[in-house]
Amino acid sequence: MSTTRPQTELQLGRIGDPATRHDATPKVTGEFAYSSDLNAAGMLWGVTVRSPHAHARIVELDISQAMRMAGVHAVLTHADVPGQKTYGLEFADQPVLAADRVRYYGEPVALVAAEEPEQARRAAAAVRVEYEVIEPVVDMERATEQPPLHPDRPTMAHGYREDERPNVVRHLVIRHGDPDAEGDVTVSGVYDVGIQDQAFLGPESGLAVPDGEGGVDVYVATQWLHVDRDQVAPCLGLPPEMVRIHLAGVGGAFGGREDLSMQIHGAMLALHTKRPVKIVYNREESFFGHVHRHPARIWCEHRATRAGELVNVRMRILLDGGAYASSSTAVASNAACFAIGPYKVANALLESTCVYTNNPPCGAMRGFGAVQTCFAAEAQMDKLADELGIDPVELRLLNALGSGDTLPTGQVIEGVLPTAEVIRRTAALPVPDAEPLPREAIRLPGGAGNTTRGEGVKRGVGFAVGFKNICYSEGFDDFTAARVLLRADGSAEIHCASAEVGQGVTDVILQVARTELGTDDVVLAAPGTAAVGSAGSASASRMTWMAAGAVRDACRAALEEQKRSGGDVDVERVYRHPRTTPLDPETGQVTGERAHVSFAVAAMRVVAEVDVDLGLSRVVWIGTAQDVGKAINPLAVEGQIEGGTAQGLGLALMEEIRTQDGLITNASFTDYLIPTALDMPPVESELIEDAEPDAPYGVKGVGEPPTVVSSAAVVSALRDATGRELARIPVRPDDIVGI
Amino acid sequence: MKIRLVVNGEAREADVWAGESLLTALRDTLELPGSKNACEQGECGSCSVLLDDDLVCACLVLAAQADGHEVTTVEGLRSDDGLHRVQQAFVEAGAVQCGFCTPGLVVATAALLERVPSPSDDVIREELSGNLCRCTGYAKIFDAVRLAASRT
Repeated sequence: MSTTRPQTELQLGRIGDPATRHDATPKVTGEFAYSSDLNAAGMLWGVTVRSPHAHARIVELDISQAMRMAGVHAVLTHADVPGQKTYGLEFADQPVLAADRVRYYGEPVALVAAEEPEQARRAAAAVRVEYEVIEPVVDMERATEQPPLHPDRPTMAHGYREDERPNVVRHLVIRHGDPDAEGDVTVSGVYDVGIQDQAFLGPESGLAVPDGEGGVDVYVATQWLHVDRDQVAPCLGLPPEMVRIHLAGVGGAFGGREDLSMQIHGAMLALHTKRPVKIVYNREESFFGHVHRHPARIWCEHRATRAGELVNVRMRILLDGGAYASSSTAVASNAACFAIGPYKVANALLESTCVYTNNPPCGAMRGFGAVQTCFAAEAQMDKLADELGIDPVELRLLNALGSGDTLPTGQVIEGVLPTAEVIRRTAALPVPDAEPLPREAIRLPGGAGNTTRGEGVKRGVGFAVGFKNICYSEGFDDFTAARVLLRADGSAEIHCASAEVGQGVTDVILQVARTELGTDDVVLAAPGTAAVGSAGSASASRMTWMAAGAVRDACRAALEEQKRSGGDVDVERVYRHPRTTPLDPETGQVTGERAHVSFAVAAMRVVAEVDVDLGLSRVVWIGTAQDVGKAINPLAVEGQIEGGTAQGLGLALMEEIRTQDGLITNASFTDYLIPTALDMPPVESELIEDAEPDAPYGVKGVGEPPTVVSSAAVVSALRDATGRELARIPVRPDDIVGI
Repeated sequence: MKIRLVVNGEAREADVWAGESLLTALRDTLELPGSKNACEQGECGSCSVLLDDDLVCACLVLAAQADGHEVTTVEGLRSDDGLHRVQQAFVEAGAVQCGFCTPGLVVATAALLERVPSPSDDVIREELSGNLCRCTGYAKIFDAVRLAASRT
């Protein structure tokens, strides 16, 4: 095979440049070390024993046979957890290892460490657990009438609305204006969303290394190093400084690495055996190893004037949080706060409830509650446009929310929210003409399956708008630390514990530092908890904003310090975004100036073709305009839009974790489908750069809006093609056949 | 059992068990972790390698089947002259995000361009449909393939 020398100088880049990723070369050569690629001398392999039941009592746990097997160094159970027995991202409701009860299929029950992975797997299979199966709580609509999965109600007494019903994780009501206000017309619907998996390609994995002095180093793929440490250390019974979390190469995250996976388990095995321990989940196990996107049922009633102005929107949102709380309380709030979409409405009644069940645990996934409601609310906007005989784009423009307008929470939008602009810019993108027949099978629904020559194929054009918050909300003290070592020769080393999960935050940091320091001689040290304060999470579309703010402030402080003192300087700065305050637990109204920091909006138009004989669909073209504040790296922003769109397309058309009585029945890439190169059409994207006044350089996060809007936009196109309501995602072939 | 094979141009020996996949042998025995393990079912293409001249998922090939054959992994594409033109194009086009799919896609693209030097967009999409990417939505990967093809 041929090779070529670089044709162009690789672009290092300052703010606004389409810079080349700093890690692209090691990633294309195979040298980049992911968390599953790590090794250490004397390393053992760890395997997790998991529950085969969604809900059961543990009657007896017998490890004696497993302990005697060849190569086995440790078999640990609940009794061996050295410190706190439970953990959790926000509420410590999840056992490190199940004690007397399992609450979901795949819940960890015991751990094995052995010389070889196969020995560890065999020993894991030899751990005998006697279960007494309990009827699982699997129907989210009945969960509040069934026996509580967490009788101690871990999420209550945290300032949320009190709710006496069993299994309520959070119940939120937003009352705005007169919730009984009538309009000229009313459209209503009930919408369902299946469970989506993040399906990152790099499985959960990591390496725990004992330091010989009672502490441990954990090298892991995660989204928030310091919050991992703050959960791991108490469970190990260690002070935080004896647990050091290091970022290993991350093979995608999308929310699924906010919660812990192998961190405590690996550290327990390593400290117990005094040997390094590696744990790598396989694909099936990965479906049990992280939280998923909440499935939802959403009841909607939209009331409007004859002219199309929204008068009152009433929505009831029910989310299945699964067995443990994770970040469900925040997801439930987001679902309510962004339920209506970026539209002005004087009156609203929005009720959001998340329940515990024995279904797979749910938590953060790209879009975080706004994906589910965007699908429902945009379906309602299509329905309203149809009812009124108004063009769907015009209807959305007529109601578009912008700066100075008031949200249903009473918060006035102080920053930039160019809803009308993204709608106009998207609508102005030229839609490709229908392709003539005959054509190659690959350009028809069914593709290489060669299922049609064009008969039964209908074309549709859809439109949707979606928005969500940027940064953490509701009073969370959100900050990012950055440290700059600026040497006398002008070179610099940056420390920031932000997780590079593929989104490109490392390049954001380098571009900011190069710009501020006026030099290309800048490196970013490997992120870890020991050298710098917390960066917060690579989530909520916050990391670019927060890291840019922290690195900017630290660079400026370092330059000033060097001007004063000369020589090498080492400064750390902490950046905080504008403060937020909680929502009133009774009314859902803001208790201060804002509950959310900032918002980003995207509009999307989709062309799709549907074979109504077979129920197969093909997305032909996608055009989108997105409010990005300021693109620090336009190439990376486009990549986020294209990738985020693909995940929303997946939810619209194919992605769903299927369960039966709480048991996952499709835990593999053979049975859980994600979009391939054949499923993704060209995505034409327009970046709307309107600087956000509160943000460093005017940036907004860009990762989530495309995922929020694309499921809704794709289904809108299918709806146009078929004339069907299509009130459930993913849309199944059965939903669109027989027209 | 002992196998002898040529990996990235170098004669190698490995001691493997009968049920061991080529992927496990490459990653754990031959110390070539560039090929990634993401599904173990031949669905994602992250472990794509060339077995002689055939593009295969190393997770679906037994290590024993590679005995007496040549294997090219992502680590073998780079030469003393620099990156392979496909690798270079992936870097320049912004086709890499988390990068876990990248080794497999780079190998699959190199194999495609050997067979079809100037593939159409439809051919690119079909030929790469066995390689899942969760981050990019594929657009910049297609850009990279076209860029690499333009530099034959």
